[in-house]
Amino acid sequence: MTRVIVDVMLKPEILDPQGNAILGALPRLGFEGISVVRQGKHFELEVDAPVDEAAMRQLADTLLANTVIEDFTVRVVE
Amino acid sequence: MTRIGVVTFPGSLDDRDAQRAVRLAGGEPVALWHGDWDLYGVDAVVLPGGFSYGDYLRCGAIARFAPVMQTVIEAATHGLPVLGICNGFQILCESHLLPGALTRNAHLLFRNRDQRLTVENVDTAWTSAYRPGQQIVVPVKNGEGCYVAAPDVLDRLEGEGRVVFRYADGNPNGSARDIAGITNERGNVVGLMPHPEHAVEDLTGPSTDGLAFFTSVLGALTSA
Repeated sequence: MTRVIVDVMLKPEILDPQGNAILGALPRLGFEGISVVRQGKHFELEVDAPVDEAAMRQLADTLLANTVIEDFTVRVVE
Repeated sequence: MTRIGVVTFPGSLDDRDAQRAVRLAGGEPVALWHGDWDLYGVDAVVLPGGFSYGDYLRCGAIARFAPVMQTVIEAATHGLPVLGICNGFQILCESHLLPGALTRNAHLLFRNRDQRLTVENVDTAWTSAYRPGQQIVVPVKNGEGCYVAAPDVLDRLEGEGRVVFRYADGNPNGSARDIAGITNERGNVVGLMPHPEHAVEDLTGPSTDGLAFFTSVLGALTSA
């Protein structure tokens, strides 16, 4: 088994109201000096070796991310 | 009698109301099932509101790959009239039958109210019974109804007259350029966040302004 990590983030130009809400809570908790919070999604897939990285990218592109509004990265670990 | 299919996904909420709206408009509603490849010869399809697959991953992202959607997507590219309401609009965007995407409301609140809309395009299969510029009031209820698209896509939609509905008297979710609903190039596929199927009877809705969606498509199909 190999682990594949897919991270999905809203494109920089897309408003992230959830990230902004988190940012707004930080000063109340005493955390200062943080100017931006962006919230994304993190997927961990257990995949039979050897991993077909192109297929993993296709999976991310087709289902895990909506590339109209999101960017993704695929990493094969261990 | 003209037969209009209404798809039920796991988590659909407004399929019964959409069927009822079809019936009140004079059509025959046909219940379609997400796991079924067959459209049973219906003349048009409504993708109703709700929370298909629990809105997991993204709203509409999993419904888009349901068997019935493969048939709907194929038929829509050949001109089948398709209306996506709320979650149905999200599914149409995820299917790339319509451009752009629906994201979390800018103010993060679920918005539920009667909403005034301006009808800007009356040449679609679903809006031909309206007058250009007509104002209608139908319910809006969503948490992820903020329409976004790249600036050049928005410009093209506006330039081609494909913004079908715009929010009037206030934008409930932060949608780009107050866009409430759009159509494809051919005008057979329409998606919007507000709910015309909840405004078809005086007893249960804020108006009967939504009924014309369904009389429009019945008229278009009868004259075709």
